[in-house]
Amino acid sequence: MTAWETIGTVLLLALKSFVLLSALLVFIAYALLADRKIWAAVQLRRGPNVVGPWGLFQSFADLLKFVLKEPVIPAGANKGLFLLAPLVFATLALAAWAVIPLAEGWALADINVGITYIFAISSLGVYGVLMGGWASNSKYAFLGALRSAAQMISYEVSLGFVIICVLLCAGSLNLSRIVMAQDTSLGILGWYWLWLFPMFVVFFISALAETNRPPFDLPEAESELVAGYMVEYSSTPYLLFMLGEYVAIMTMCALGTVLFLGGWLSPIPFAPFTWVPGLIWFALKASFLFFMIAMVKAMVPRYRYDQLMRLGWKVFLPLSLISVVVVAFVLKLTGLAPGA
Amino acid sequence: MTAAAAFFYLFAGITIASGFMVIASRNPIASVLFLILAFVNAAGLFVLMGAEFLAMILIVVYVGAVAVLFLFVVMMLDVDFAELRQGFQQYLPVGALIGAIFLVEILLVVGSWTLDPGLVQAPLGNVAAGENLTNTVVLGRVLYTEYVYFFQLAGLILLVAMIGAIVLTLRDRPGVKRQNINVQNARTQGAAVENRKVPSRQGVEV
Repeated sequence: MTAWETIGTVLLLALKSFVLLSALLVFIAYALLADRKIWAAVQLRRGPNVVGPWGLFQSFADLLKFVLKEPVIPAGANKGLFLLAPLVFATLALAAWAVIPLAEGWALADINVGITYIFAISSLGVYGVLMGGWASNSKYAFLGALRSAAQMISYEVSLGFVIICVLLCAGSLNLSRIVMAQDTSLGILGWYWLWLFPMFVVFFISALAETNRPPFDLPEAESELVAGYMVEYSSTPYLLFMLGEYVAIMTMCALGTVLFLGGWLSPIPFAPFTWVPGLIWFALKASFLFFMIAMVKAMVPRYRYDQLMRLGWKVFLPLSLISVVVVAFVLKLTGLAPGA
Repeated sequence: MTAAAAFFYLFAGITIASGFMVIASRNPIASVLFLILAFVNAAGLFVLMGAEFLAMILIVVYVGAVAVLFLFVVMMLDVDFAELRQGFQQYLPVGALIGAIFLVEILLVVGSWTLDPGLVQAPLGNVAAGENLTNTVVLGRVLYTEYVYFFQLAGLILLVAMIGAIVLTLRDRPGVKRQNINVQNARTQGAAVENRKVPSRQGVEV
């Protein structure tokens, strides 16, 4: 490969990343608005409706507001880490999108270990939280960070076992292959959400806890910890934390789509439906999962911290561990195991 | 210089530099964060060697779980490193001895590879014979098919260690109030709430 070809490849990759990032950020801006609108609708409010028609430009107005405000850094804070933390958090959250296949062959990097990559990247997100909480030099922020770290580690374990169940059925760590393994003549009934339904439920709840969403938003818990690890943050650093959080939520929605809802596949596997581009199916499925997450936020009261830990370690962990054994046995005995 | 070599020197340089900063840094939190940087760059080196599964597992296990616990403890303990440094002269010979043994062992391993290249292939057995497999599959076959008993034995040792740690630290103290979550969940509105008619100006006994 000549030097020019290398430069060309790098530029093409940069362009693709840029397109993916801008599309993702615009999608998330509207997901954020949808989140607030759904929350408002459940509580019989209107939600944001002033900026633009039906409040459609609300997220962009918020963005401007955050960027234009003054970042306040507490006098006792560790300045470097204080500013590094939100950057780490947001960058890692965005980095996970490099391997997600949005449609057939539409992954920025179609690597063999895609699912472990996402798992590794999302397990790194906890450092942004811990660094932010510690560098703020404040009791509330520190307690919030400790809570958040403990919570994210606890639920990662059961999330890992759920992923192993799917891997056993699909026989590959590659996200595109996992989607293709769900491509049967049964359509929506052949996807893993039906065959691994208990695991889908565990995945959904663990995803809520992993992304610090209500009812597991204990790190923020505004009634006791003010706002957890974010309490000292303002303006752009706060925006990065907020952005990272929503990107992580969308990542979990996309991961749920790939693992359980058949990725870009059409729910009804014959013509007019298969003509719809895969990207649209993917966006619809991810939006559906996001809608569920938004509804949970609106309807369910916050957990107590000990209840959260009990649910993670004493309910989900044994349940998912047993499922791994059961799934493996069933696959082995029925001869359905891929590559057997 | 090819791109791979450039990336190798980048990752290797950062790994060594951050490894040095782990012991040189004054702030223990910074030490742990440099340790994490070293782990991540070591994972980068793994990717360059084509061992992408090992790289991801390194990040998940060491960076995502072990180092988080380190950071947890160090943040909460308020370690004073000046105090720890006081015994530096005293412990220097022991540290140097361990370092020397480690260095000799690494030299022996690398030396045996160079003398007899067949040694590297030997443990793989007939796992990767001529097939075009991803390293995840090969690792799986080596661990779970070829050496499954040794692997289970290693797991058993870890299990014993874990049970030992729990037994050593678990104390059953009397007089501690515990919540029984099943009892809490079994409470119904009928058992928890009582409706009374309150006679005017008399009140009720609670």
